[in-house]
Amino acid sequence: MTTRLGWAPYALLLPSLLFLAVFFAAPMVQAFGLALQAPDGTFGLTSIERMLGDARFRSAVATTIALVVLVIPIQFALAMSMALVINARLKGQGLWLYIYALPLGISELAAGIVWVSIFTQSGWLNSILMGIGLIDSPITWQSAETPWLLIMCVVVAEAWRATSIIMIILVAGLQSIPREFLEAADVYGATTWQKIRRVVLPMLRPSLQVALILRTILAFQVFATVIALAGSGLNVLAGEAQRWATDIDNDHVAAAYAGLILLLSLLSTILFIVMLPTREEHQA
Amino acid sequence: MTTAREPVPMPRPRAGRERIVGRGLIYLGATLLALFILLPIYLITVSAFTPRENAFDFPHSLIPTAVSTDTILFFINASGVIDSFWRSVIVALITLALSLLIGAPAGYAIARYAFRGRSGYRLVVLSTRAFPIVILAIPLAVTYRLWGIDDTVIGVAFMHTALALPFTVLITSSVFVSVPRELEEAAQTLGCTPLQAFLRVSLPLALPGLAAAAIFTWVLSWNDVFAAVILTLRNPTLPAKILAALTQSPIYFQFAAGFVMLIPSVVVIFVIRRYLLGLWGRVVK
Repeated sequence: MTTRLGWAPYALLLPSLLFLAVFFAAPMVQAFGLALQAPDGTFGLTSIERMLGDARFRSAVATTIALVVLVIPIQFALAMSMALVINARLKGQGLWLYIYALPLGISELAAGIVWVSIFTQSGWLNSILMGIGLIDSPITWQSAETPWLLIMCVVVAEAWRATSIIMIILVAGLQSIPREFLEAADVYGATTWQKIRRVVLPMLRPSLQVALILRTILAFQVFATVIALAGSGLNVLAGEAQRWATDIDNDHVAAAYAGLILLLSLLSTILFIVMLPTREEHQA
Repeated sequence: MTTAREPVPMPRPRAGRERIVGRGLIYLGATLLALFILLPIYLITVSAFTPRENAFDFPHSLIPTAVSTDTILFFINASGVIDSFWRSVIVALITLALSLLIGAPAGYAIARYAFRGRSGYRLVVLSTRAFPIVILAIPLAVTYRLWGIDDTVIGVAFMHTALALPFTVLITSSVFVSVPRELEEAAQTLGCTPLQAFLRVSLPLALPGLAAAAIFTWVLSWNDVFAAVILTLRNPTLPAKILAALTQSPIYFQFAAGFVMLIPSVVVIFVIRRYLLGLWGRVVK
């Protein structure tokens, strides 16, 4: 069958390759072309210098990195807890999985707005805190004067929205660990914590690596959650790319910001591959 | 601790009470995590169904006192919202159709054929996920102006297809892998052409999985805001419209908008809940 239809698989792949060439590869290359051009079309570092010299550049880099560094560990702790709950096979396992996976379909913007209803001055958090008598008057959580509170608002919203993707990857990883391994650990009297540290985590390494890489790349692009919760109170890289592209109408500086996001993503990917080598990479 | 000299103890069932307490703690943790996910969804729902004049009442009561569709209707009737809603639906449908049309054949090929370049192709598709989406939208906006499809539904749909295609290829390939190849071969020995064998045997068996993949593609497109903001101006999709309106709109407009964007996601995840692990888990490997 394979010999008779030797051309068939290539014919089936061709449309997707063509589409990705035009709408994925070409724009990627073009982005660097744009970033290395001035608006008048001459090549050089003008647009990159404009980005570096922009008043918001430093705060955008700092805020984006702060968000990544704060959000990722929280998300992994939450996702790991959720995955262990799913793996414990409670009653109604499907329901637990559905609840934890719910945010998988929720957009950044919708998630941002959901948490606006909680953090806004006359919102749910203040209502609840007043209700249980912890505060006497509402606290202003979202103010440009307290950027750390704004960052915490975004961290909580992102932890809520984007933990499920990690959870799903970890659950799939956990399910591939043979039950006998854990039973053997039981036989030798291992505590739950020992089982997690000595059996589960080492075997989960490939899944953890994939989840870390994927989630970090996404975290560097954080955008709508920040706009919804912080408005102009916080600058992030993707927000600056959008501002230069639509408000200032300078695609070149916007492309420079996009290129910077790509660079940071690639650096983090390399970092995770070096830090968490899986077995195959050890041998290679 | 047992020393090495002592006989290895038999697997002892843990004491009943200890086990029950441990189990209870897991249920407690599970419930707290579930509340963290569900409570905000409940709260935005209450906010969206609170009448506009009560939006600033403080403190709110967790059990709604006045329920009305006033806020939702205000949002729906705001200028441009209905138009952008339909635009979003159409963009997502085109994205769904295009990515299945282009991606499913490729998924089928890597599931069914052993051919030169198969692992290379898989690598190309996987590596697209290492590139931030943000970087595509800006150059595409420039290209679209040259092609004359800037600010159009089809332009946004092309971009969303580029985002969704790698997922579609990997998901459909895992769907076709789960349909036994022997069935297709049996159909061919009984006189079917390869195409007939595919259409009459594999396709019907793969249909639920393909539907799940399609629905997931739809939601990827429905949720995108960054690309839509960059690629549209006068013809925004719903998220782009809402993002642009955020700063000038009253807070109850936002609550209704958040709720309306949220609903399809919650429904979609419910519909494809049985496929979630298959969709994501296997894609990862």
